[in-house]
Amino acid sequence: MGVHQDIDKAASLPFLNDDMPACYKGFVKGDWNKEIDVRNFIQLNYTPYEGDAKFLAGPTDATNKLWEVCLELMKEENKKGVLDADTEVVSSITSHAPGYIQKELETIVGLQTDAPLKRSLQPYGGLKMAIAALESNGYKISEQTAEIFEKHRKTHNDGVFDVYTPEIRRARSAGIVTGLPDAYGRGRIIGDYRRVALYGVDKLMEDKKAQHASLDGNVLSETTLRLREEISEQYRALAELKEMGTQHGFDLGRPAETAQEAVQWLYLGYLAAIKEQNGAAMSLGRTSTFLDIYIERDIANGTLSEEQAQELMDHFVMKLRLVRFMRTPEYNQLFSGDPVWVTEAIAGMGIDGRTLVTKNSFRVLHTLVNLGPAPEPNLTVLWSEHMPKGFKDFCSKISIETSSVQYENDDLMRSYWGDDYGIACCVSAMRIGKQMQFFGARANLAKALLYAINGGIDEKSGKQVGPQTLPFTGDVLDWNTLEPLYDQMLDWIAKVYVQALNCIHYSHDKYNYERIEMALHDRDILRTMACGIAGLSVVADSISAIKNAEVKVIRNEDGLAVDYEINGDFPCFGNNDDSVDEIAENLVKKFMGKIRNQPMYRDAMPTQSILTITSNVVYGKKTGSTPDGRKAGEPFAPGANPMHGRDQKGAVASMKSLCKLPYEDSQDGISYTFSIIPGALGKDEAERIENLSNLLDGYMHDMGHHINVNVFNRETLEDAMEHPELYPQLTVRVSGYAVNFIKLTREQQLDVINRTFHGQR
Amino acid sequence: MEDVMGYVHSVETGGTVDGPGLRYIIFMSGCPLRCQYCHNPDTMKMKRGKMTSAYELLKDIATYRSYFEQGGGGITVSGGEPLAQIEFLRVLLWGAKQMGIHTTIDTSGYLGKKADDELLDLVDLVLLDVKSWVPETYKEVTGVDIAPTLDFAKRLQAKGKEVWGRFVLVPGLTDAPENIKGVAKFVGSLDNVSRMDVLPFHKMGEHKWQQLGMSYRLDNTAPPSPEVLQAAKDTFIAEGLNVH
Repeated sequence: MGVHQDIDKAASLPFLNDDMPACYKGFVKGDWNKEIDVRNFIQLNYTPYEGDAKFLAGPTDATNKLWEVCLELMKEENKKGVLDADTEVVSSITSHAPGYIQKELETIVGLQTDAPLKRSLQPYGGLKMAIAALESNGYKISEQTAEIFEKHRKTHNDGVFDVYTPEIRRARSAGIVTGLPDAYGRGRIIGDYRRVALYGVDKLMEDKKAQHASLDGNVLSETTLRLREEISEQYRALAELKEMGTQHGFDLGRPAETAQEAVQWLYLGYLAAIKEQNGAAMSLGRTSTFLDIYIERDIANGTLSEEQAQELMDHFVMKLRLVRFMRTPEYNQLFSGDPVWVTEAIAGMGIDGRTLVTKNSFRVLHTLVNLGPAPEPNLTVLWSEHMPKGFKDFCSKISIETSSVQYENDDLMRSYWGDDYGIACCVSAMRIGKQMQFFGARANLAKALLYAINGGIDEKSGKQVGPQTLPFTGDVLDWNTLEPLYDQMLDWIAKVYVQALNCIHYSHDKYNYERIEMALHDRDILRTMACGIAGLSVVADSISAIKNAEVKVIRNEDGLAVDYEINGDFPCFGNNDDSVDEIAENLVKKFMGKIRNQPMYRDAMPTQSILTITSNVVYGKKTGSTPDGRKAGEPFAPGANPMHGRDQKGAVASMKSLCKLPYEDSQDGISYTFSIIPGALGKDEAERIENLSNLLDGYMHDMGHHINVNVFNRETLEDAMEHPELYPQLTVRVSGYAVNFIKLTREQQLDVINRTFHGQR
Repeated sequence: MEDVMGYVHSVETGGTVDGPGLRYIIFMSGCPLRCQYCHNPDTMKMKRGKMTSAYELLKDIATYRSYFEQGGGGITVSGGEPLAQIEFLRVLLWGAKQMGIHTTIDTSGYLGKKADDELLDLVDLVLLDVKSWVPETYKEVTGVDIAPTLDFAKRLQAKGKEVWGRFVLVPGLTDAPENIKGVAKFVGSLDNVSRMDVLPFHKMGEHKWQQLGMSYRLDNTAPPSPEVLQAAKDTFIAEGLNVH
């Protein structure tokens, strides 16, 4: 700690920093003054907080009034599906005049369009999708706007289908690879929005200019040409961001000088991104501890009170709760409940051993109390066993009260990504401003097993989708025969899948490039190709059944295996039984190995996730009966979860199985959704908090990656299905994100209700 | 100690109400009592359980150590009646203690005589369920006599063994004032009881009785109201007990 004591001293001797400009008065200078380096600024200036939650303030009158207005609007929206939509103006950073909720009450301003909850028009991902989204909600795109994109401006979607092969198309429509971002924005890129506040846009533009110039002497290869063009685009986007600031009455050219300005500047940076991109996930990054530095400075100066600090965070979060995109019904089926994944990563530990928990880590979670539970922003605590107990217990308390928080293992991820990473979407870690990903949805490994049995013929359509391989012809499945067939099928799916992703991201970079988000990145970044798998527990249990029980094949008149009859018992994933858990573990390793063998667009680093979001229901629909006893059409378990009701040995056994899945081979995240009834956590509030904190500590200690925590009774959900009007804010963690329960489709509501609730027998 | 086989009904990981912290609960099969309100009637007959090796169980328990560390968690041997398979219990407790894991047994105390001092030395906490005080009521509830339970309780006190007392409030069965008062006074007189759980009767086990083709005598009994439950708790608090 010696170094930090010196730093504290430096801060207390103002003359040491007296050559700093006025906007940085009170800050300790360092490398961040010489180059764009937000982490360095945070490390030198933040104040770790080891206390409890007593300091927190309730909502102000203005907060209550504003939120009341928002709730009314959302009620209206729930009735109509979409409150309002722009049908003409193509959204850009400066396309709309500033919109307000109630201007005089708002301490943080800015909306996506000129009115709250009015959805913007974003056809760059794909015109068909934009039109369909409008039409399914009773709107019609203006003819002139449609014409521009039909005749004059190619979209990402057009580009992808120009290059897709017939084989990719077949795999796509059969649903063996699904959810591909080939007709909508790929998202999952996090701009370092903190840079806007810390440096001001002028400095960032200057930096981009220098980056461009740094390439002047290079050989003008395709790579260099592309980068030069991209940096020029980024520079232009920054100029537009500055202009948007001016529209709102702010000079974003200069650094933020107060806490209010810091929140405002940062938010406008984010707003610019969501005005230009309707990506599948538009995450925020890791902002609360950064903002705490400005809040602490203002509180020390006597210009800000705790009530006002909380109000800033409440108003900021309120804005994040209003983010909306136009989506088609098909999209909503995959990703239900209108999610935008405004993921904010909170807390964690620094690599120097100090906690990154600050008072503002508490404040951002406290918005769930002041404004009530909500799915967005997607509040994600980077959990470390070493975090202060006061914060851990506060998290557990908020989880028990709101079921709105997810946890990811900071002790695990810090060793991969350092201490300034954020989470994109649900579980994808990336170093802020230094790394992006090519979002790749997922491949259906359960369906691949059925293809192996049927020689590449789709069990639902009867069409030859996969390669024509030797089908399994026996009456009883035997693993020795089936294993090589499955292996061959996985080789094929890995190849087709990565090919599809290469097509998609090649085209997205060309026709729907994320200018402003990438403007808030370094020049040279790490790109990951974020592949994913679905159906892990279905396959693991299927293989376990084949090995341990007798699985008879039932064929239809065409000789296609369409169902299975199981005699005997077999161990299932989720019971801490190595014999089946290792099957899951090995499958993850094996498929990742096959992904790694594929050539990647832009030399991306291949990764994979075990995450389905709510698409486990759709994947299930598209997949025939499986040898584990799951019937055709029934949902998969979400993410890496054990299949519903098959984890019989209690909460911890289920967690232990999850912890065996190797993060090294799923660096894009391993999602686990955990539901427990309050009574099973303990007899009173204090016990429940203590036990939940202990559960989380144990899970993280064993290197579990992610966990969604839901604490409620099944009866509550059943009642909410019948009386949605009584539960406007009931929030449920599903798979890497939270949703408003009443916004789920009935099928998905049932899926959530049928999951294992620990403690309920 | 050598490995021993025993009849185990099931295990539950992540229990939080049967002892401190997070607990690995082993439900043993076999119980000499026939409590009318039993919510695990499927554990009454020993042979209905699965023959299990104590070593195998300990191997599994060992993998959960990281969850026990915080909050004083550990294993709870419940049932059924853990003392009914005393040698199996002994190996289990010994193994857990060898690993430094906190041990709890959840018992009616009826078979307390089977637990010798060496065995009790391996137990950190006893959850002692005193099902009634009035001897006739005790017999009515459980089918057996109360005396062995009282003897066991006194022995635990003499040894200074930590005990959490338990009492289930069943309307129309165990709720007579002198019955409640009697349990409260007795447990209150023991200086080794650090906590008292007064549990409301619930019917979550009813379907199991039906599944087993056994007749359930409490199908017309409703859980006690919160007021009645609080009044019972107050009786225990009045005896100086730390009631949860």
